[in-house]
Amino acid sequence: MSAIESSILSADAYVQDMLRAAEAQSAIGTVSRRTFLKVTGLVGGGLVLAFYVGDKGVALANAKSTDFAPNAFLRISPEGPITLYSKAPEIGQGIKTAFPMIIAEELDADWAQVKVEQAAINPAVYGRQSAGGSRSIPTSWNQLRSAGAVGRAMLVGAAAKLWNVSEAELTTENSTVFHKASNRKATYASLATAAASLPVPDEKTVKLKSRSEYKLLGKRITGVDNRAIVTGQPLFGIDQVLPGMQYAVFVKCPAVGGKVVEANLEEIKKLPGVTQAFVLNGTGKPTEVMPGVAILAKSTWAAFSARQKLQVKWDESAASKDSWTGYVEQAKKLAAQSGPDSIRNTGDVDKVFAESKPVEAFYTYPFIAHAPLEPMNTTAVFKDGAIEIWSPTQTPEAGLKLVSDVLGIAQDKVTLHQTRVGGGFGRRLMNDYMCEAAAIAKQAGVPVKLQWTREDDMHHDFYRVGGFHSFKGGLDKAGKLIAWQDHFITFTQDGQRPTSGGDLSPDEFPAQVLPNARLTQTKLPLKIPTGPWRAPRSCSIAFATQSFLHECSVAAKRDHLEFLLEIMGEPRWLQQGNEFALNTGRAAAVIKLAAEKAGWGKPLPKGRGLGLAFHFSHAGHFAEVADVSVDANRKLTIHRIVVAGDVGPIVNMSGAENQTEGAVVDGFSAALGQQIDFENGRIKQNNFDTYSILRMPNAPKVESYFIESDFTPTGIGEPALPPVAPAIANAIFAATGHRVRSMPFTKEGYSV
Amino acid sequence: MRLNINGKDVEVTDVDETTPLLWVLRDHLGLVGTKYGCGVAQCGACTVHINGAPMRSCSVPASAVAGQKVTTIEGLASKDGKLNAVQAAWIEHDVAQCGYCQAGQIMTATALLKSNPKPTDADIDAAMAGNLCRCGTYIRIRKAIHAAAANIAKGANGEMISQN
Repeated sequence: MSAIESSILSADAYVQDMLRAAEAQSAIGTVSRRTFLKVTGLVGGGLVLAFYVGDKGVALANAKSTDFAPNAFLRISPEGPITLYSKAPEIGQGIKTAFPMIIAEELDADWAQVKVEQAAINPAVYGRQSAGGSRSIPTSWNQLRSAGAVGRAMLVGAAAKLWNVSEAELTTENSTVFHKASNRKATYASLATAAASLPVPDEKTVKLKSRSEYKLLGKRITGVDNRAIVTGQPLFGIDQVLPGMQYAVFVKCPAVGGKVVEANLEEIKKLPGVTQAFVLNGTGKPTEVMPGVAILAKSTWAAFSARQKLQVKWDESAASKDSWTGYVEQAKKLAAQSGPDSIRNTGDVDKVFAESKPVEAFYTYPFIAHAPLEPMNTTAVFKDGAIEIWSPTQTPEAGLKLVSDVLGIAQDKVTLHQTRVGGGFGRRLMNDYMCEAAAIAKQAGVPVKLQWTREDDMHHDFYRVGGFHSFKGGLDKAGKLIAWQDHFITFTQDGQRPTSGGDLSPDEFPAQVLPNARLTQTKLPLKIPTGPWRAPRSCSIAFATQSFLHECSVAAKRDHLEFLLEIMGEPRWLQQGNEFALNTGRAAAVIKLAAEKAGWGKPLPKGRGLGLAFHFSHAGHFAEVADVSVDANRKLTIHRIVVAGDVGPIVNMSGAENQTEGAVVDGFSAALGQQIDFENGRIKQNNFDTYSILRMPNAPKVESYFIESDFTPTGIGEPALPPVAPAIANAIFAATGHRVRSMPFTKEGYSV
Repeated sequence: MRLNINGKDVEVTDVDETTPLLWVLRDHLGLVGTKYGCGVAQCGACTVHINGAPMRSCSVPASAVAGQKVTTIEGLASKDGKLNAVQAAWIEHDVAQCGYCQAGQIMTATALLKSNPKPTDADIDAAMAGNLCRCGTYIRIRKAIHAAAANIAKGANGEMISQN
């Protein structure tokens, strides 16, 4: 993993390990055509696997030799079309539009004429092909720019040769090379065959554009799949169909860790439409295949209906007995003391707290589900010792490896096709459903589509972990924050490290910028699986820390904006030489911008208040101000949320604004009404009637402002989310004087 | 059973009478634009028109709509591929994120504009409240519906809205 990779997503060891394994080969960037053909020719599935380019199943290697394809990212045919390949999963973050835009900018391609295809899964050729951690843009930026620039340089070279002029005299625009001096021009298509015969230059020698030369980047560009989406074309995992395919459901123990003792399989097999029913013992890992019963049928409905009649006797001796109410009681008892694990201990917090009474508060947030709207599914066919899979996943590379492990076949016997993904949010970093489908397909001997129900999805997620923070804040005589203590009560699966998404960084803001800070941790044992949820850790920790910072400013009788800016201090990088670290100058700039645009400080009517919050995550600096009215019955009216962000130059302004609006809705939705309750290891929520997703009437107005600083662009799928909940909670306090210290807000009597 | 889907009569065999229309469309007729999200009429991803009215196809047995006119997302554009005003506005305003719910959103919005060509924000909220978007594209959906309404008022693609 490169320095960029590790610095952007510093936490979440479990996913780190998984992604690192998947990305082990990803050092290879844009490869030359010769290497490209060599490398892909060596890959087990052969050229068809390596060059599978979407729904037509066209093999690029079989494309006409007259096509110009200097690397795996672009192909120009003499007949006209320019095809750009987007290498990463599209999960709603807009990458299938953003990636090709970067290539097209450097290529000087006419965007209106560009065709975008989903690339084959081949990390040896493409490098990183995952969607997670908001890392796609920063880790691929230079690779994609070079891919386009190499193409442009060769087309210019072909034109120079054709006209016998110097390359320096040539310019490019809209897929055309111009020689202004002689008023000549040639389309890229007309130059394709000649360019294909030229040697591929070293990408390091190819000049990249400066920002002032951009024509496409930064504009508002509509998504490349939008026409297919609005006409209902088969884009998603759930839409895949194979000849002779059967429809499968897989029923697992409602308490994770339960094993199958027996099931009424003979009765199930006799039900209408059912073709097979069998037990899979699985690997015992929630990330792979847990024990369960597979039912195959001639239609989804027949499989769904049959499972209603399924009776399984479970051995729950090793299954989860986890209880949320039990955890809450334990955490409250632990709140007054420090935790056994020391995360950070700098200066002397006790001295500060002895000199002046500290501000104290206890914050709680629950487990929540990802609940992407496309329920988990995968289509697979196992034949002659090899498997072919169509799956909506965020981590196709990790999926390849996992399936080969689970089936006990070599990785080159696994072919995986990327489909569009009906929502990720971190849920599909895990490939459990893919492994299940693979195991079922192998056992069944027929092509299979595994379809989870919504209830399966709600009961077998890798949840955003809940947590508790017992804070103390210390102020000096001038009301400046000088000490910070947090006893973080979290969870562990293995007794050693915090569960996925449940760790606290020693550099968690604001501890790292204060002279005295003590962070300690208690880990409660947990069996229910957890995982990254949009802006992992930050999505919950920001609520606690940014709310408590506001409490400290109130105790100091100071303006929150001024208090926060004082904590930031002088503009500086908090990690020298790492441009993906928190920069206090960038932070202060977005905080000031959000405050200014929201009209911070202006008088508001009774019952209405502004709330401010800042959070840095995934290399993005975001400040948000919520403008909220609260009535006597604690009914909230969100007048607007002002968002100010700095993620460097924006690639697609429409995509950036869409992500920001979505993050606000998602952040508010989770803060207001979402909670996964569990007792005796069983999840109580079943479907959207008991797990509340914000609906249109309650969607707040969002205003987005971006400071397009001149740093490497970074991802925007996640970092706008964490400040939403604390901004709203702080606004509620400003409006009413009531402090909200737990999510979801509905549990404190709030509604919309 | 005999169904009328997107203006065509189709005969569906080997289907249990209780099968929801959603699964007949998806598994038996290959019309996968209509999506499964919850199965209990909570999310709206499966919305189709039955005699022009938006209905949750996951909760309507296919046998119950025999002889009635069913329109799916695949049937909104004209035969020559011209999009209806709502579909066009969705592209113009780059509404989709993951896109999974959007077929249902478009079906509901199309039905809304047919019955109420100039909806207010409150009208839109009321009509669209049954359609979840997990990505949170509601702000753009609202804008796109207003834009589609304005285009229909100008006569653009207006005829397409009233199909079926």
